[in-house]
Amino acid sequence: MKKIRQISLVLGSATLLGMTGVANAQDLVVVSWGGAYTASQQKAYHDPFMAGNPGVNIINDDSAAEGISKLRAMNEAGNVTWALVDAVASDAIILCEEGLAEPVDHDALLAPAPDGTPASEDFGDLIVSDCFIPSIVYSTTFGYRTDLVKEPPTSIMDVFDLEKIPGKRSLEKRPIGNLEWALIADGVNPDEVYDVLDTEEGVDRAFAKLDTIRDEVIWWEKGAQTPQLLADGEVVIGSTYNGRLFSVIEEEKQPIAMMWDWQVFDLDGWIIPVGGPHREIVGEYLRFATDTQRLADQAKFISYGPARKSSAPLVGKHATLGIDMGPHMPTAPDNAKNTLLYNYVWWADRKDDLTERFNAWLAQ
Amino acid sequence: MNTGTAYPEIVKTADGIPLKVSLARAQRKSKIRGVLLVLPLFAFILLTFFVPIFDMLFRSIENQLVPEVMQNTSKLLVDWNDQSGKLPPEEVFAAAKLDFEKGHAERTILRVGRRLNYEVPGFASLFRKTARRAKDFEPPYQDAFIERDKRWGEIDTWRLIKRESGAFTISYYLAAMDLAYAPDGNVGMRSEKQRIYLKLFWRTLVLSALITFLCLILAYPIAHLLSTLPLRTSNLLMIMVLLPFWTSLLVRTTSWIALLQQEGVINDLLVGLGLLSDDGRLAMIHNATGTIIAMTHILLPFMVLPLYSIMKTIPPSYMRAAKNLGATPAVAFIRVYFPNTVSGIGAGCILVFIISIGYYITPALVGGTDGTLISNFIAYHMSISLNWGLAAALGVILLVIVLMLYYLYDRVVGIDKMKFA
Repeated sequence: MKKIRQISLVLGSATLLGMTGVANAQDLVVVSWGGAYTASQQKAYHDPFMAGNPGVNIINDDSAAEGISKLRAMNEAGNVTWALVDAVASDAIILCEEGLAEPVDHDALLAPAPDGTPASEDFGDLIVSDCFIPSIVYSTTFGYRTDLVKEPPTSIMDVFDLEKIPGKRSLEKRPIGNLEWALIADGVNPDEVYDVLDTEEGVDRAFAKLDTIRDEVIWWEKGAQTPQLLADGEVVIGSTYNGRLFSVIEEEKQPIAMMWDWQVFDLDGWIIPVGGPHREIVGEYLRFATDTQRLADQAKFISYGPARKSSAPLVGKHATLGIDMGPHMPTAPDNAKNTLLYNYVWWADRKDDLTERFNAWLAQ
Repeated sequence: MNTGTAYPEIVKTADGIPLKVSLARAQRKSKIRGVLLVLPLFAFILLTFFVPIFDMLFRSIENQLVPEVMQNTSKLLVDWNDQSGKLPPEEVFAAAKLDFEKGHAERTILRVGRRLNYEVPGFASLFRKTARRAKDFEPPYQDAFIERDKRWGEIDTWRLIKRESGAFTISYYLAAMDLAYAPDGNVGMRSEKQRIYLKLFWRTLVLSALITFLCLILAYPIAHLLSTLPLRTSNLLMIMVLLPFWTSLLVRTTSWIALLQQEGVINDLLVGLGLLSDDGRLAMIHNATGTIIAMTHILLPFMVLPLYSIMKTIPPSYMRAAKNLGATPAVAFIRVYFPNTVSGIGAGCILVFIISIGYYITPALVGGTDGTLISNFIAYHMSISLNWGLAAALGVILLVIVLMLYYLYDRVVGIDKMKFA
């Protein structure tokens, strides 16, 4: 059974490879999220690296959204073709625990900061897993239509206040983030959110708060949905990734503004798949692409904050718009007055049952 | 009549072999050639279609992971009576220490934690916490485990491990049918707040049936028109049926969003005409209505084409003859035309129903909360939660439902009546 399974999987992936063209010796398949995000990596990391290493050809694969499941399938087939995968922190933790990602020695692999601070200190507690090499800090936060609200929302409470902000709002179709926001809006001390959620009553309380706006919520699954819904006037306020809001506000000049209160921080970065090809070049690439200057460079193209402390002062202007990127970073002091770094460890335990409860609640 | 020829002389070929044998040989050769010709296709289908599907379905009961990684513990737990009210003996804890140590080195133990976390939340962190330190545990191991985390001192923890340490499990099927084990080991319905899948199966069947019905009543007149118009006009109309069929699914779905949303074209039009007030805009998307409209549109060609190909074969003279014999147009339609199209209706309905039962992209985009289908959850468990066992169990149940309906259809209508052309 297992043998046949392997043969068929190998044949299956061989057919796929046949269609995309077999990667040659120096082709490096780098998996990321596609769209504006991959474009920013291309300009900040891939292009300069390939310029310095003429033999290497980086091929972008935009399947990071199905990264874990595809990696698991490749691993079972014994044929991992991806050299490097971009993953959010929670996925990186799972990949590490499932033995699908390589643990790395951050100080040995990565460049120190220009002042000599070792990488592990420069990244600090953003290294949430032994296998994870953080590159950006992004946040899930709110954008609202400046022309459709009577008075601008200023706090997370307003998202749950149908009198102050009447109309539809969009929230992500998952419990993570929403339950925390519901409790904070319900008056729970933000430091105690997870203690409250640990109890059955606390979970009930969060769902009861969500109940109050349930009929006015459009639930999104893809990051591009909220910007679209806002631009169409379908919703007056909605959550999404801050980079998406930046482009709809600054690049497309829509009448939308940011509401940063209790933005939920999350991390995105690299993992090395177990059994992946070209380990040496991958090492060189990572050392280059996660150094202080390169991380700061990425912020020229997209409004996500660099994961290294030492990169923050180097963040400059947007490459084409020429606006100062500093104030658009989720980590900028004005935006980061109230922030929540969601508790990965807590969610690793509770994601399965709370997602089921969340879906059952939605289906009621 | 000559009785001597009751056993006729065996006819032989020129080289003395009986004709029958020679014929059989020649036929066998061509048969083998035939088989050889389809062999590559057969092997291809077997390896790329049946094996992966059965492999996936097999995962709904497979539970190799736990007995493999917790090899020593699971063997000893067989002899432990989980109703005794006592914790397992010290040997079990010692075996667990070995398994944790080995599983930590091989990076497999946390998979077991994640697997058991599907059953009881908290096991992922329990295993993570324990695995990190297991190699430093000193005897007595029971105390060492309980000191690390007090949950190791609870009988329910060990009951769960004992229950899930067989090579096969039914817990994925229980979860897929909104059932669960109580801590004491009895199976019961899950709490009201966790129940979801039965509702979704039912919704999937109802919405699929409704979409099939809508497709039928929309497609029937179109197909009739196509089959009776002169060729040039009908070809033009056929292109209009096929054009959306060739357009990307995402483009069509997104267009429906632009049309149906509250600030969308249709609502704007109705408000502009004064039929709706600005506050009373219709909610036609991000709910079941959106799923029904968008999927009916997308699946319509699958109904039009089989109907058209059947109607094309009905000679117009039938209807003329019926009318000639005194039937009114309605009677002629009901008694002559309609019965002739039943095979096309069967084919179209089966096609549309089966496709819509497995649809997930469109419902995900336009379905909101009450328009998502069971396949959205299968997709979720495949790619996000990674609970492939549950995804497989949901898939098997869906497959069984479809096969049952197919059987029912065969008994009522007859599958041999189904014609696509």
